[in-house]
Amino acid sequence: MNTVFPNLKAKGREYLFILPAVIMLGLFYIYPFFKIFQLSFFDWDGISKNMIFVGLAQFKDIIFDNPIWWQSMAQAGYITLLALIIQNGLALILALFVDRGIKYGQVYRVIFFLPPILSGIVIGLIWNWIFNGNFGLLNYWLAKIGLGHLAKTWLADPDTALTCVAVIHMWKGFGWGFIILLAGLQSIPRRFYEAARIDGASNWDVFKRITVPLMIPVFVLVMILTVLGTMQIYDIIVSTTGGGPGYHTEVPVSRIIAQMLHSSRFGYACAMGLVFGLALVALSVMQMNISKRLKQT
Amino acid sequence: MLIPLVALSFTGCAKKSTESSITEIIVWHWMSDRVDAFDKLAAEYKNKTGINVKFELYAPTTAYAAKIRSAAQTNKLPDIYAVLLEMRDFASFIKAGHVHDLTSYMEVDNDAWKNVFYKSGLAMNCFSEGNQYGVKPGIYGVPTDVNNIQMIYNLDLLEKAGWDTSRLPATWDEFILLGDKLKKAGTPGLVSGWGETWMIHCLADNFAWNIMGKEEILATIKGEIPYTSPAWISVFSLFKQMKERGLLFSGVVTMVNKEAEQIFANERAAIAFNGSWCVNVYESMNPNLRYAVSLPPRVNLKRRMFIWGGTTSFVVNKASAVKEEAIEFLRWLTERKQQSFLAVETNNIPANRYSANMLKGPIAEFADDMDNVVHPRFLPIEEFPLVTEAFDKGIQSIIIGEATPLEIAENVEKTKLKETKKAARLKALREKR
Repeated sequence: MNTVFPNLKAKGREYLFILPAVIMLGLFYIYPFFKIFQLSFFDWDGISKNMIFVGLAQFKDIIFDNPIWWQSMAQAGYITLLALIIQNGLALILALFVDRGIKYGQVYRVIFFLPPILSGIVIGLIWNWIFNGNFGLLNYWLAKIGLGHLAKTWLADPDTALTCVAVIHMWKGFGWGFIILLAGLQSIPRRFYEAARIDGASNWDVFKRITVPLMIPVFVLVMILTVLGTMQIYDIIVSTTGGGPGYHTEVPVSRIIAQMLHSSRFGYACAMGLVFGLALVALSVMQMNISKRLKQT
Repeated sequence: MLIPLVALSFTGCAKKSTESSITEIIVWHWMSDRVDAFDKLAAEYKNKTGINVKFELYAPTTAYAAKIRSAAQTNKLPDIYAVLLEMRDFASFIKAGHVHDLTSYMEVDNDAWKNVFYKSGLAMNCFSEGNQYGVKPGIYGVPTDVNNIQMIYNLDLLEKAGWDTSRLPATWDEFILLGDKLKKAGTPGLVSGWGETWMIHCLADNFAWNIMGKEEILATIKGEIPYTSPAWISVFSLFKQMKERGLLFSGVVTMVNKEAEQIFANERAAIAFNGSWCVNVYESMNPNLRYAVSLPPRVNLKRRMFIWGGTTSFVVNKASAVKEEAIEFLRWLTERKQQSFLAVETNNIPANRYSANMLKGPIAEFADDMDNVVHPRFLPIEEFPLVTEAFDKGIQSIIIGEATPLEIAENVEKTKLKETKKAARLKALREKR
């Protein structure tokens, strides 16, 4: 007894210190998650006091009977794919240049990091003007260099709208990748490069055999952040195309919001959120597994 | 440690309001352009009655709509607020006990209060007998100003294109003819915020009311007439025709209304489809703009043209401790004098029809057509939101040329059948409970 109570007292004091954090976590993360989980089984308009239990019906509808939802997922996937390849590829190339002590490296660092700190809505409005079919900068310059026949209403054309949104997103997100990749590159001990050079390694050999293997954890981190950030794209869509023309630039978040606010289907929107969340978790786990395998090889 | 702190902060708020000896009415709204006018009226009301009315602004509209939803969920709605939502949401607010029934107040003294309003303005706040939402029939809101959406023509650009501006296009054929003239003159035609799909729906609905009339529209919503009927296909086809004749401003399908207003105000398009609020926008952007307002062109010459209208309305919180005072304030706010003041200060159409005669210029032209106003909210039943979405997005697809009117009609009908089945399933579940 004597040994139990002092232990309990000591432990109790310890728990007391973490109690505020536990309450905050519970209140703002765990409770909302379980609430969303609960609501996804109900038909509810978000206002009324009556909710109708519909079981898995909403999940069934989303998965098997909602082609627009899957179209929006595919469209977000397309933007993500472009971001993974082009945005991160470009970020890596520029990070490599800056890491090698390029002139005005600090200036580039600041310039490249400017877009990510701007609001998505502001960026959307700026690019709206660039892509504007009537008075836009892009069409103006195309005409100036004799390519006026290529001018079009970029954001209202179903063939180009989604790619234009992807370009805007990549321009905004590129700075994050650049900074993280640069930090990763700078953490590689210089002596590895010096030793390789003494052994006569070429630039390509150094990149392939030293930089890439040591950067794999950073690549994985950047990839996961890119996937999570891009799949949840929304602000740029709102300020450029509004999901149109037709459904051509709809993405999962815009569909969830449409269900919630325009159709008053809160329960259905919660179910969509869960399906979307699960898809993102699955993607992240997949990426981590690939990363583990790459590390082993 | 944290719990008492949070609890204290809440009790702190409650104490402040209950201890106050002056009656205070809290009003929530989103109308940033009316802040000064509301504050002046509140000051005048305080002088008159000693009651403090506090207008609290929450803008933009999306943020406001989200705020009242969350306030409803936590029973934290103010004494007076505006319901900026669809009819079904309004019904949910009423059924959840957040809105006070104002019928008896409106009907006292032979409908004295009720009769001061434009019928359409009041209709937006009414639930009729047998409405689909199961709301007790009655009047649940007080309109403070009204608006409508029409065609607006730039007179200078029309004259330049060789059009006699003493007679604006009244029929579809004249409208198309004007389009041809504008095209020949190299002047872009119709601009509107059709990236916000409700504005496409608005024009399509105007045409549908003109072509079919109320009964057929109602029958379609009830599922008795399919969207693949010739009348509906002709509605969709009008948009195809506008596109093919080069009448539409390029990029109109993803354009937000703000951008459309800017384009029209800067005389880069000859026609706009916009609401009466545009008068203020155009005035601030280009005071020299010469324009005139007209009803959209009639397709069916045997029937009149209807236009969409809206209202800014306030409701009284049923749970408010100062309910009667809140109603009295709204009655005062909608009296002729206060309404005239609001009309002059804000350049909007007043909800009190007797205050509208003092309006001048384009806003008066809008006000003249208030009797032509309709809205889906006037119907006892509402279309499924997903059907409306398929309808509006479908018209966007027609305009960008990726679908035919028939294909869109079929898709809308398919969505309709699916939603009807789903609604039947839900109804069965509800009855089972």
